[in-house]
Amino acid sequence: MSALMLDLPALLQVAADPQQQPNFWPWFIATAVKLLVFFTLYMVVVAYSTLAERKISAWIQGRHGPNRVGPRGYFQPLADGVKNFMKEETLPPHVNKALFLLAPALAFMPAMVTWAVIPFGASWASPWGRIDMVLADLPVGFLFTLAISSLGVYGIVLAGWGSNNKYALLGGLRSSAQMVSYEIAMGMSLIPVLLLAGNVTLRTIVNQQAEMHMWNVLTLSIAFVTFLISAFAETNRLPFDLPEAESELVAGYHTEYSAMKFSLFMIAEYANMVTQSAMIATLFFGGWDIPFMTADNTGAVSGLLVLLSVLIMVAKIFFFVFFYMWIRWTLPRFRYDQLMSLGWKFLLPIALAYIVVVASLTLGLDAMGIKRGFVFGGIFLAVNAVILFTLFSLFDRGRVVSPAYGRLSEDEVARLRAVTAARANLSTQAGD
Amino acid sequence: MAINVKVVERPLEETSYVRATLTGLGKTFKHLIDPHKVTTQYPEERESISPRWRGTHRMLTTEDGKAKCVACGLCPTVCPANCIKLVPGEDEQGNRYPLVFEIDEFRCIFCGYCQEVCPEEAIHLGRHYENSEYSREGFVYDLERLMAQTHPVCEMWDPADPKGE
Repeated sequence: MSALMLDLPALLQVAADPQQQPNFWPWFIATAVKLLVFFTLYMVVVAYSTLAERKISAWIQGRHGPNRVGPRGYFQPLADGVKNFMKEETLPPHVNKALFLLAPALAFMPAMVTWAVIPFGASWASPWGRIDMVLADLPVGFLFTLAISSLGVYGIVLAGWGSNNKYALLGGLRSSAQMVSYEIAMGMSLIPVLLLAGNVTLRTIVNQQAEMHMWNVLTLSIAFVTFLISAFAETNRLPFDLPEAESELVAGYHTEYSAMKFSLFMIAEYANMVTQSAMIATLFFGGWDIPFMTADNTGAVSGLLVLLSVLIMVAKIFFFVFFYMWIRWTLPRFRYDQLMSLGWKFLLPIALAYIVVVASLTLGLDAMGIKRGFVFGGIFLAVNAVILFTLFSLFDRGRVVSPAYGRLSEDEVARLRAVTAARANLSTQAGD
Repeated sequence: MAINVKVVERPLEETSYVRATLTGLGKTFKHLIDPHKVTTQYPEERESISPRWRGTHRMLTTEDGKAKCVACGLCPTVCPANCIKLVPGEDEQGNRYPLVFEIDEFRCIFCGYCQEVCPEEAIHLGRHYENSEYSREGFVYDLERLMAQTHPVCEMWDPADPKGE
């Protein structure tokens, strides 16, 4: 400990090698600064994504959206925040108090925690050593995100259960079924990413995409499609917002909540959205990798490049947040059976089969001695294009999302008609 | 299982979820970049109202600032909503004038009969519609208040010029 208690200026001296980890104090200060800046920015982005959602929905629907608070409505999130603090915190007499109070926090925290391990920029070769643009550089960052993001379901389930309200309970029930189902498809769709990267560190996954000169969205398109759909289901966003289906369940799991507790659920939803967007960007869109540039891929780089890479990452995240909203205001909600059949009958088998395809392809290409690079990625791309085309032409015929009428084969229809006819015969005989 | 369900064999274009989704996304994106915002931003923008708009009343005045009303009593008589209260008075020269002239804007149905019947062109309806008060009593406009209104008055329908040209 006495070594750490040395005077600060001495320790803030320039380190020998900017590619090495910095000493304790520079590391500590850098982490504290990163923590402050990124937590603040994250919360601001989350708050403003509510405004973005309202604006985008308004534009899509030919309206103006909120435009009263501040210039063009830019201070609306502040007004919402103030309103939520001022409102009455209701505590209905029939709720399970402990769970009711615990649930909003449980819904809110996983979204925040996941963010800690996502790398948001290239490492900075600072005068004090290499500073990684990630809050916690976990070697198992990928597994951590999967583990923590599945905890999010507890908040929703406990809110539904603790509320002692049938609509809330139904919402919680649906949410648990949905999230458990899609968790599997999600995990399975991510295994190809690991197979290609050969590592579970998020930073390595980003580096691998940079080295291939091709983002995973191209080399692993099927995994991307399945992951995207599962991510929508995991964040309870339309078209998978069954847990809070307004038209059926009042407000679903947060029916009984008011004021800041309700607000926490809303923040959790948007925080989840931002985090999942960051995950999509990291795993499939090269993370902070600057497109058409290799200077940012070699260890720690200069401050300017770091800034550029952070901006690239932010742009990618914003695009996916926008995509979430765009989808929300385009697609209607799935029916419950459609949701389940999509998750279990299509996404899971496709993801499983795709693991086999990717594993054998990787093994085969490695055996043939093809270097991880452009050719390697190109072969993957071609295979993906073929599979994607086959999948869509095979399954996209009213089978994936079953239509409102039951789909019967001709034989089945004939058999059922025969049964009706026989019954009619029987009843006329009985009448005679 | 419902029997004799009509099972329609639909073409691929109608059953493809992906195609429908992409079409939908395209449509919403078109609206997003080119929104037809048709909402009138009310306090800042106002729809123009017809010159024959029948709104809040006005009592016109003579050059010396007195109400043109001669308290003939035609308007309370013709008023179908019974919202005009008129108590006539007479000065030393024998000129009649209204001692009390009140219009309850809350009762008024804005038919415009009072303006039509007025021989002195004193009481008018106006091209104005923003009335708000904290109490019902606040909507009873007395003579002072009617004279103080400044909005343009309503033009009555002219049979010789039915379209108002």
